[in-house]
Parts: sequence; C-alpha cells; structure tokens
Amino acid sequence: MNFILDYYNYWIVVFLMMTGFYIVISANNLVKKIVGLNVFQTSVFMLYISMGKVSGGTAPILVEGVTLYSNPLPHVLILTAIVVGVATTAVGLSLIVRIKRAYGTVEENEFKNQDDAI
Amino acid sequence: MLEQHLAVLPIILPLIAAPIVLILGRSILSWGFATFISGWACLVSWQLLTATLSGGVISYAVGGWPPPWGIEMRVDTANAFVLLAVSFISTLVLLFSKESIKKEIDESQHTLFYTAYLLCLAGLSGILITGDAFNLFVFLEISSLATYTLVSLARDRQCLTAAFRYLVMGTIGATFILIGVGMLYMKTGTLNMLDLAERIHAYDSSRTINTGLAFIMVGVGIKLALFPLHAWLPAAYTHAPSAVTAFLASTATKVAVYVMIRFIFTIFGAEHVFENMGMDLILMVLAVVAIFKCSYMAAVQSNVKTVLAYSSLAQIGYMILGVSLVSVTGLMASMIHIFNHALMKGALFMAVGAVFYRLGSVDIKAFRGLGKQMPLTMAAFTISGLSIIGVPLTVGFISKWYLVTAALEQNHWVIAALVLAGSLLAIVYIGRVIEAAYFQEPENGQANVKEVPWTMLLPMWVLVIANIYFGVDTSLTTEAAKNASEILFQNSTEISALVDSLHGPASQMINEANVLSVEVAQ
Repeated sequence: MNFILDYYNYWIVVFLMMTGFYIVISANNLVKKIVGLNVFQTSVFMLYISMGKVSGGTAPILVEGVTLYSNPLPHVLILTAIVVGVATTAVGLSLIVRIKRAYGTVEENEFKNQDDAI
Repeated sequence: MLEQHLAVLPIILPLIAAPIVLILGRSILSWGFATFISGWACLVSWQLLTATLSGGVISYAVGGWPPPWGIEMRVDTANAFVLLAVSFISTLVLLFSKESIKKEIDESQHTLFYTAYLLCLAGLSGILITGDAFNLFVFLEISSLATYTLVSLARDRQCLTAAFRYLVMGTIGATFILIGVGMLYMKTGTLNMLDLAERIHAYDSSRTINTGLAFIMVGVGIKLALFPLHAWLPAAYTHAPSAVTAFLASTATKVAVYVMIRFIFTIFGAEHVFENMGMDLILMVLAVVAIFKCSYMAAVQSNVKTVLAYSSLAQIGYMILGVSLVSVTGLMASMIHIFNHALMKGALFMAVGAVFYRLGSVDIKAFRGLGKQMPLTMAAFTISGLSIIGVPLTVGFISKWYLVTAALEQNHWVIAALVLAGSLLAIVYIGRVIEAAYFQEPENGQANVKEVPWTMLLPMWVLVIANIYFGVDTSLTTEAAKNASEILFQNSTEISALVDSLHGPASQMINEANVLSVEVAQ
C-alpha cells in the first residue's frame, strides 16, 4: 500500500502518459491525436516538476530563517519544454488546417482512402 | 573577437540569419543571404575541425557561466567532423535549391523555405556542438519543428499527411529523450555531459538510470529511423520537396546517429551499455534486419525517391552495425559512413530532384531513356549509385572496407558476409534505375528533355567529385574518424577506470551531494 501512496506522483505521471500515448495511437481524428500528444507531454512536465520538490522545502526565494529550498532547476527546464510543446501543437494544428483544405476531412481513414484511390 | 566565439558560430549564424531572411522577403535576396551564411558556417566548421583534429577540445561557456552550472559548448574531433559534413551539404543543397524549388514550392513561400532551412541548420549544429543533455533536447526540437515545416512545403498534398505523421512520431521520440534525461538528472543532479559521465558510473545498477537509458535509446531510435521505428521516413522523404529531401537524408538522420553514439560512449560508457545491458546484440540484430528488409523494400518500389528513402534506412543499418561491433574500428567505420553517406545520398537526391525539375515525375518510368537526354545528371546518379553499392574508388567502398575489417577483427564472419550480401541488394535497386535510363527507350512525348541549369548541376557534381576524391585520398576522413572514435572510446574507458579505482569513497561522496541537490517528493 505504501508503495502506491509514497510514489503517488509517479502513478499520476504513468497514468497520464499511457492515456496520452493510447489516444495518439488509437484516435482516427487528427485533432484528437494532437490532444493525446499534449496529454503525453504534460505527463512529462509533471514528472520534472515533482522531481524538483524537496520534502519540507519551500519556494527558492531567499527569506530569513529558511534553509531548505526546493530545487528550481527542473522547473526552469520544464518551462523550456512547455514552450517546445506549445510550438509543436501550433505546427500540428496548422498542418491540420491545411490537410482539411486539401482533403476536406481530418479523419485519417478518409484521407487515406482518397490517396489510395489515385 | 570572433575567434574566441568560434565554437558557437555554427549555431548563432543561421539562428540570427533566419529572421533576417524573413525580412529580406524577395526570393533571390534570401537565397543569396542564406547561402552566404551557410557557407560561412561551413568555413567555421572547417576551422573547428582543423583545430581539434590532433585531439584538442574546444570548450565554450555560454554567457560566461562555467561548465557544470552553465551550458557548455564542447567541440572535439567527433562532432567537428559531423558538423563539417552537415554544413558542407547544407551549402551545396542551398545552391541547388535556387532553381529546384521554383518547380516544387509556391513562389510566395520561398522566403519561408529559406527561413525554416536556416533554423533547421541551426538546430542540427546545436545538437552536434552542445555539451549539455537538456540543451541537446531543445536543439533537437528546433531542428525537428523546422523539418516538419520544410516537409509540408511541397505542392503535392500528400506531403501534409507525411509531415503530420512525422510530427507525431518525432514528438514522441523527443519526449522519450526528455523523460530519459529527466531520469538521469534525478539520480545524478547534473545535465552537463562530462559531469554526467563521471557521476553515472556510481549508479550502474540503478533501475532509474537503466530506464533512462532505455527511454533515450528508443527516442533516438525514432529520430534516426532505426528499423522497427522507421515508419515516418519513407513517406516524408518521398513527398517533401527534392531540395529538402536531399538536405534531410544526408544530415538529419546522421546527426541522430551521432546523438546515439554520444549517449552510448560519452555519457553511459560503452562498457555498461554493451556488457551489462546487452545493447550490442539488440543493435546488431536490428541493424542487420534493417539492411535486408529495407534494401528489399527499395528494390520493389516504383517511385525513385521512395527507393532512395528505403536505401537510406538500409544505410543507417550499416552505421548502427558499426556501433554494435564495440571496437574502435567499428566506431570508425560508422563515423566514416556518416560522412560518406551524406556525400552519396546528397548527390543521388539532387539527381532525382533534377529529373523532377524537367519531367515533373520521379516514377521509374520517367527515367526511361534519360541517359541520352540528361547525360550529366544521369552520370552523376550512376557514379553516386555505384558509391552506394560500394565499388572501389568511391567513398562507399571505404565505408564497407572498414566495416568488414571491423567485423573480421572480432571474428564475426557471418556479419562480414551479410554486409557484402547487402551490397548485392543495392546493385538491384540502383541497377533498375540505371537500366531504365540507359537501356530503355523514352516514353512517347518526352523526346526533347534538356539538361538542367548549371546551378543545379554544379552542386551535384561537386558531391560526385567528392565521392571519388574521398574514395581515393582517404587521409582526411580516416584520420578524423579514427581520432574521433579513439576519443570516444578513451572517454568511456578512462572514466570507468577512474571510478573503479575510487569506487567506495567517490560514489559515497556523490550520493551525499545528491541528497542535497535532488530529492524526490515522497
């Protein structure tokens, strides 16, 4: 039981990661694929953020009387990764807009049929 | 002043130039400027290679923050060698793209093409030069995002779905690398590659480190299109504009191979990855399957671009095979092949791009009778095709020679035989195109096809001549590859020896240091 409770942050990460991954693989709609990709990436953000927490530590701002701080570096790193995630989503969505214009659909099986028909 | 910042120039130049190109606006201006910047980056890489060739290392602290804390740029022979190949090919492809993209990309998007191209170049150089594991991920994503855009620029609508597929696969790969790097940071509390290498040996049997290794290997495997993870590559290469394919095929996957080599040899240490984790067997099996499965797939395709895309996958198999042999010669064969394959595939895809420029098709039927109509293009295709097969006096022969030598060194007779058998398959898929070009009559209605403009022929033939030159005078490539692989191997054995001798107290000290820096929430 402790094994589950002690590492609850990792269980959340694993659950989100697998959910996102499953959506990416199984979804037929391209927008849903992007949503899945976002869930997948968010789980990694959670992994990094919980990694930097030091038990009993406070926010890393110099205050008198406090000696134990959380590690700010993973938080800063993940800010960069969030920006990368946003950029990926933007590129993905703009590709979807162009796919919709070219094929008239965003369902994977439908535009595959159109390509096979040629 | 520029001298002391030499190590970051290959990243900074294209990164600053990319928005300037966007402002310049006109196609011809942005082309000239982009080519100039890429040529300058190539010159800088050459300087870096000559400075590090004798085993020197250039370390550059970004923003003046000293290495273990700040981001370090670290140039040694290994990355300077790959960097030279990348920036050299990039410059030639830019020369080629001036005419080529006129037929394949809408006029209004030419400036965007050069902007994305320079960003991709900046990302690739960044991956090569950086000495920081997280920074590597950031540059990987810069180059990948630019790549997705480049692939989607073609007029053919199938490029959009190919780019989307590539985006999904590429993002999953990059995120896997991110997870892996996070796990390394959890245990060691550092991101600097050398610092990581020193600390990681204290945790060789740690499950966190080994899971991190697995995540990174799968993530890099997707990026370099290792056999079962290659599904994105053929479609992306087939439907992208020819200039983009020529650039990506000869640089992007090679840089990913370099990342794999860096992680295995510099960070995790060859001993741990190969002996404790058994990665050599996994890589060897996958590489051999890649060589045969993808060469076979190449032999049955009708679109010549797809043929060459599958051929690239098979060639990546050879590079990974060299890594999996776990010897200085094997690694050297991989490094040489990274450089040589860039020369061959660059020339081949340019020749195919030239055919598309005149005929608007790259189906094998379109190649019929081209030997007479486009003699220079088809001669370039034939010579670089022979190079892929591995005929003596071409660079392909040099790569195969070292790979077979490395296999025989360790008495892997079967592997040596398989490498040679793989070349036979290459004869089949290259031979089909050559046969169509020289021994078949042209289709009706394409009787007067002319040779392409000289701006396309020049870069193609520079690569063809490089194919022959480096196949005869191998002093530069073998010396650089030899030094590079010796440095990589030395790194990994030296550090493990150091840690072995200090094992008790050193690892304890590291442990204590980490408790302070990283503690996971419980």
